[in-house]
Amino acid sequence: MEANAKKIQKSQGPQSGGLGWVKQYSMIFFLIIIGAVFQFSTNGIFLRPLNVTNIILQNSHILILAIGMLMVIVLGHIDLSVGSVAAFTGAVAALLMINNNVPTVLAIVLCLLIGALVGAWQGYWIAYVKVPAFIVTLAGMLVFRGLTIVLLGGRTIASFPDTFRLLSSGFVADIGSGSGLNVTALVMGGVVSALLGFLMVSGYAKKKSYGISVPPAGVLGLKVTLMAIIVMSFSYILAMHAGIPNVLLILGALIAFYHFATTRMKVGRYLYAIGGNEKAAALSGIKTKAVTFWTFVNMGVLAALSGLIFTARLNASTAAAGDLFELDAIAACFIGGASASGGVGKVMGAIIGGLIMAIINNGMSLLGIGVDWQQAIKGLVLLAAVAFDVMNKKKAA
Amino acid sequence: MDKIILEMKGITKEFPGVKALNNVNLKIRQGEIHSLCGENGAGKSTLMKVLSGVYPYGKYSGDILFDGKEVQFKNTKQSEEKGIVIIHQELALIPYLSIAENIFLGNEQAKKGIVDWNETFVKTQKLLQKVGLTETPETLITNLGVGKQQLVEIAKAISKEVRLLILDEPTAALNEDDSANLLELLLEFKKQGITSIIISHKLNEVTAVSDAVTVIRDGQTIETLYKEEITEDRIIKGMVGRDMSNRYPERNPGIGDVIFEVKDWNAYHPIHKDRKVLDGIDFHIKKGEIVGIAGLMGAGRTEFAMSLFGKSFGSKISGTVLKNGQELTLNTVSEAIRHGLAYVSEDRKGNGLLLDETITRNISLASLGKLSKNGVMDEFRESEEAENFKQLMRIKTPSVFQHVGNLSGGNQQKVVLSKWMLSEPDILFLDEPTRGIDVGAKYEIYSIIHELANQGKGVCIISSELPEVLGMCDRIYAMFEGKLTGEVLRKDATQEVMMQYMTGA
Repeated sequence: MEANAKKIQKSQGPQSGGLGWVKQYSMIFFLIIIGAVFQFSTNGIFLRPLNVTNIILQNSHILILAIGMLMVIVLGHIDLSVGSVAAFTGAVAALLMINNNVPTVLAIVLCLLIGALVGAWQGYWIAYVKVPAFIVTLAGMLVFRGLTIVLLGGRTIASFPDTFRLLSSGFVADIGSGSGLNVTALVMGGVVSALLGFLMVSGYAKKKSYGISVPPAGVLGLKVTLMAIIVMSFSYILAMHAGIPNVLLILGALIAFYHFATTRMKVGRYLYAIGGNEKAAALSGIKTKAVTFWTFVNMGVLAALSGLIFTARLNASTAAAGDLFELDAIAACFIGGASASGGVGKVMGAIIGGLIMAIINNGMSLLGIGVDWQQAIKGLVLLAAVAFDVMNKKKAA
Repeated sequence: MDKIILEMKGITKEFPGVKALNNVNLKIRQGEIHSLCGENGAGKSTLMKVLSGVYPYGKYSGDILFDGKEVQFKNTKQSEEKGIVIIHQELALIPYLSIAENIFLGNEQAKKGIVDWNETFVKTQKLLQKVGLTETPETLITNLGVGKQQLVEIAKAISKEVRLLILDEPTAALNEDDSANLLELLLEFKKQGITSIIISHKLNEVTAVSDAVTVIRDGQTIETLYKEEITEDRIIKGMVGRDMSNRYPERNPGIGDVIFEVKDWNAYHPIHKDRKVLDGIDFHIKKGEIVGIAGLMGAGRTEFAMSLFGKSFGSKISGTVLKNGQELTLNTVSEAIRHGLAYVSEDRKGNGLLLDETITRNISLASLGKLSKNGVMDEFRESEEAENFKQLMRIKTPSVFQHVGNLSGGNQQKVVLSKWMLSEPDILFLDEPTRGIDVGAKYEIYSIIHELANQGKGVCIISSELPEVLGMCDRIYAMFEGKLTGEVLRKDATQEVMMQYMTGA
């Protein structure tokens, strides 16, 4: 093993796959720049605690969709139905909780199950019958929008129980005095930075012990410090308002889980292998149909969750809910570096892509730019991001 | 015949960091068949791209004289106007258009923008006759086999009033019959005064038809051989820069008991379900044995291997599979892998590799279960295994984290072989293991195959190159129209004997 350790030295670490991370870092850079621009042009309103909290509350449902969408896109498919599915589960939730007084937790579980069924329905046609995902989910988009209107009878059903609304408007309880800074937020910030710091250091040590060349320890120190500063100032800003929103907890757990699953687990390899070359994957013993099927089931569950969070925030279920969600989620993935032909893309990339869109939305609203212009500018950002990616690849080839 | 139609003088072409061509000289006489030989990456294709204007004038140095006059092509259109037409290795036909539409693509027989289909069809018919195709001009390309598609490409070339026809690996994807047809056609063209340049790895074909052979190595012209000097050994010597008296490594087979046996194996076509593709096949491999399956394209060799490998091909499959006397059920690929089978596909890029992924991730792909714990990958063990194989197989790459798409064909094949060796199979089916690989790398692949057999594994080689089957295998099955028509031991096998079985004679 020692002999090998020496040989690997020439190589870079397994994580640094050339252009991939250049692109990812450049997007983080872009995120910071537009953040700074808005902070400056709004005279500091942008980073005010209330606004930062709002950005999280207003966008987490899109980020959740983006996670599921990223995996669908890596497989080489697309899902146009997620907005309609989100609206559909919102309507089901309304019927269960408002019209039939089903307990909140049971209703949430039922809605997620319905999401899974919807995903299974679409996944079946896509994976086993081989109908193109574009068509199946276009049909799904119409079907579930229609069913939403049927369920709601064309009305808006409003006023959910408070327990349900906690899903998107609640905050994690403060363990401190309740006045001034929110202690829970600070403690959690500390815990998260400690955890990430530990992972970074132990990963570094492990690489070193295997003889994989690593940057000098100073670079690691700088990275850990930067990470801690960002996490701590973020939790400090949240602590100045109401603390950590419940929905951020959900989102954080989902990001952590799916990031790990796609980068470190076998199932992640399945996704990238199928997206990269389906035939080669099949001939290597990967059950391509089953993986495709379950990816759509997963998307269905996440779409349902997204619908529940959105409905809880609106405190109403309407027929128009979830309109164009699918396009926001798809745009987030592509801005974050996913490839339309499959096989390429990262969960963290999709999250950063989603945040870029969120910040642009929010910043422009703060500046009083109308929705019309926001739409147009978001379109241009999407085009610019993907064009940048394409040109980058050309240069490398 | 001594009139020089084309002369390339002192051609040098540099890419960032590499000199792909270094002062290359080439003289082609009018009406001859001139072959270009060299290992992969020697610069043959680059030279032809300079000639045809893919690399425009100014991007290379040196002179090109055509008909004794200097030419400076800025694009392929200009070279085509002079009658220089290149047919690339990867065919450039559009599958869902007809033969006629393809032949006149970009050169439509139109008046004022309106296509004259009658004229198009009549002209196509004439062209098809010339290349010996009996299909109607309306036939869609997708309904033709590779061999016929190649002929359509040639018909397209002669529709442009070609004077110098360049074929890049024209027979690489063809079976022996189609290859022979194609070479026949080139000889016919020669009579009509068309000059041809062939780039080919198949030296038996080169020696059979060439009037002259120019050998290129490392971007330099080594020598040009004429008629009587042209022998396979001489060309190989020029290509690799040393004598290669033996193209197949030495081996003392240590053959044991039967390890893998197939009895009465039948399968039908996956779409045309009444068409029997495999018919009553009895087949076995012994421990440490290298078995060959020889056959023409369409004989069912690949179909046989894939139907065994987790029913990856065919419908209504029936028959018995035994390993060490135990009956196996192989309904899925993962079952086949678990029972120690491996299948290395003939289509390396299409069915074997993830071109956008790293070497490491390609090698681990069929062994993810072994390299993970509770579903979590052990990435360090994974890169360690990849590193082991990089050394064992001598994969030429700066790092195992290189993308496979950046490797040469030979190194890509080594990655695929590594992938299957990591899955620790007992029986390996290698489908065209050296297709599109240069002579030096072939020798290395052969040595690896020998090593696998020496470890006591059973190896089955499927190959369209008879010399390869004869040179490598201890026992050879001949296949014809879905049946095994002969079984010959190495000592009794000759090209003639095999060819008789393979053609059902």
